[in-house]
Amino acid sequence: MSDDQTRGRILVRFVQRIISLEQSGLAGWAILSGAAIVAVLAIMTIFSPLISPHNPIAINVGPILSPPSYQFPLGTNHLGQDMLSRVISGGTIMFQVAVLSVIVCLIIGVPIGLFASFAGGYADKFASLVMDSIYAFPGLVLAIAIAAMLGPGVINMAISIAVVYVPSYFRIIRSQVLTIKELPYVEAARMMGANGRTTLFNYVLPNVIPSIVAIATINFADAILTAAGLTFVGLGLPVSTPDWGWDLTYGRRLLTSGAWWVIAFPGLMVVLLALGFTLMGEGLSELFNPRLQR
Amino acid sequence: MSLRSYIIARIILTIPTIMLLLTFVFLIIRVLPGDPASLHFEKNVDPATLLAMKHELGLDKPLLTQYFDYLIGLTRGDFGKSMQDYSPVSQQIFSAFPATLELAISSTIIMVVLGVLLGVTAARSYNTAEDHSIRVFGIASYAIPVFFLGMVLIMIFAIDLHWLPAGGRMYPGISPAGLLIGGKRYPTGLYVLDSILEGDVYKLYLSIRYLVLPSLALGLVLCGIFIRLTRSNMLETLQLDFVTAARARGLKERTVVYGYALRNAFLPILTMMGLQFAALLAGAILTETTFSWPGLGRYLVDRISFRDYTAIQGVVVFFGLLVTAVSLVVDILYAYLDPRIRL
Repeated sequence: MSDDQTRGRILVRFVQRIISLEQSGLAGWAILSGAAIVAVLAIMTIFSPLISPHNPIAINVGPILSPPSYQFPLGTNHLGQDMLSRVISGGTIMFQVAVLSVIVCLIIGVPIGLFASFAGGYADKFASLVMDSIYAFPGLVLAIAIAAMLGPGVINMAISIAVVYVPSYFRIIRSQVLTIKELPYVEAARMMGANGRTTLFNYVLPNVIPSIVAIATINFADAILTAAGLTFVGLGLPVSTPDWGWDLTYGRRLLTSGAWWVIAFPGLMVVLLALGFTLMGEGLSELFNPRLQR
Repeated sequence: MSLRSYIIARIILTIPTIMLLLTFVFLIIRVLPGDPASLHFEKNVDPATLLAMKHELGLDKPLLTQYFDYLIGLTRGDFGKSMQDYSPVSQQIFSAFPATLELAISSTIIMVVLGVLLGVTAARSYNTAEDHSIRVFGIASYAIPVFFLGMVLIMIFAIDLHWLPAGGRMYPGISPAGLLIGGKRYPTGLYVLDSILEGDVYKLYLSIRYLVLPSLALGLVLCGIFIRLTRSNMLETLQLDFVTAARARGLKERTVVYGYALRNAFLPILTMMGLQFAALLAGAILTETTFSWPGLGRYLVDRISFRDYTAIQGVVVFFGLLVTAVSLVVDILYAYLDPRIRL
């Protein structure tokens, strides 16, 4: 069997395990329902220009701060903007920031984790020390410091979130690689003359991928909450794009007027999106690290 | 290893972490694109003012000199100067810290008590509807932004029902005076504690009223991990022989569960409290902003809106040192309680 086939089979089994619900039980249902939530929200966001009843940034579409009504099912905000349209299209920034930050984490965290822990010795010790120091830091505080210096912007927000989560990838990958590289089949591959690179990419990496997928989904959920948090402390994007985080932030000032609909619906969307990813992440980690949690 | 040598080793291991942390924050503020002074003013500033500010804050010195000034300053408790009025940041930090500490303590109590109670309940009714709904609540709590929950609580309990205040820490003009020693009052800055020390029931009632909603918001959002931890621990422990033996001796179920089995979960819960401290501080920043709670988080957010980068640096460093110190203390406590750790 060629190396490519080995790699392929491991991945196929990984997907099979997720799909076969009888085998995976509750975890499987969590993954599927999470994925369904995320898929619905993603489709809604992508097609928002087609399905929004009004332009989400047009002001004075309706009366100011009108409660949910037949004409405006989710009410209007202080600028007379239609909340339904803002809720439908408000996920754009969250999705962009989350996807970008996960990509940055994968690009930085995975190679560092793989090479440092596979090589061992000083490389591993040094990388662990740096990663542990970042990991110990309160994530939001670090993200705030970086985002404050970089200034507003989708990419800057994604970078500041990514820096905080790279250590999580590193730790998970490291613990996996340290176990896997001692397993008999890896040793056998080495005996048969596989060099370091072949061993790492063809024998170790495929078995680490399930954990990477699990941590990436949890990272998605955290990135969404952190992005909302950064917006809330005033490090969000300018108001030109509708955003759940921004509506929530501004809604705080409207609380005393009793306009609950201005924050309730964007807030529920953030919760729903984060919940979708959390369910997927919880299910995946239960499936692939059954000993960690029951 | 004796406890003393463990403590010494653990402290020595903390030094590189702290150095990396301090260096990292320093680099973020100085080396990321744009220097802090110019960013502070955005565009419209006359060069002389900019130079004067740079000089006053030491931002015109070579980077390496700035770095050592910063490290030496920190050893003397100097967290830098604010860009707004050049006042020392440490003063602001120390006056705002008690508010954050009080919020952190009461949220910790809610988060642990609620998490443990729900976790035990879930484990006792393993695989029933009750168990599943508690688990779903635990997972859902990860997904709720604390400021959203806070605003929902404000809407229900402050604006609709008028039961509790919507924000702030105390009636304007009132502050608990603290302990009386030799004719002088010494406030700790923790209002609940100060009211008790002063012996003023009304102030105690007021400070608790203001504390309830923010602590509830933060405690609810963070209790999920304790539910899971307690539940999985109890599921294992309830199968053990000593629990069966206790039941066989005819002890009440409540005594068996809370008096015997729960003890086994104590150490993991303590460790988790240490690990969650960073999340608690991060949550406190958002909670304080939601409830206008005058703590460190609110100070930080306030400084962000003024683009006061040197003050931001000071608060971030303080948070980092605090988390490092807490995890050090928890590790030492853990080693003291469980001698196997020291092996």
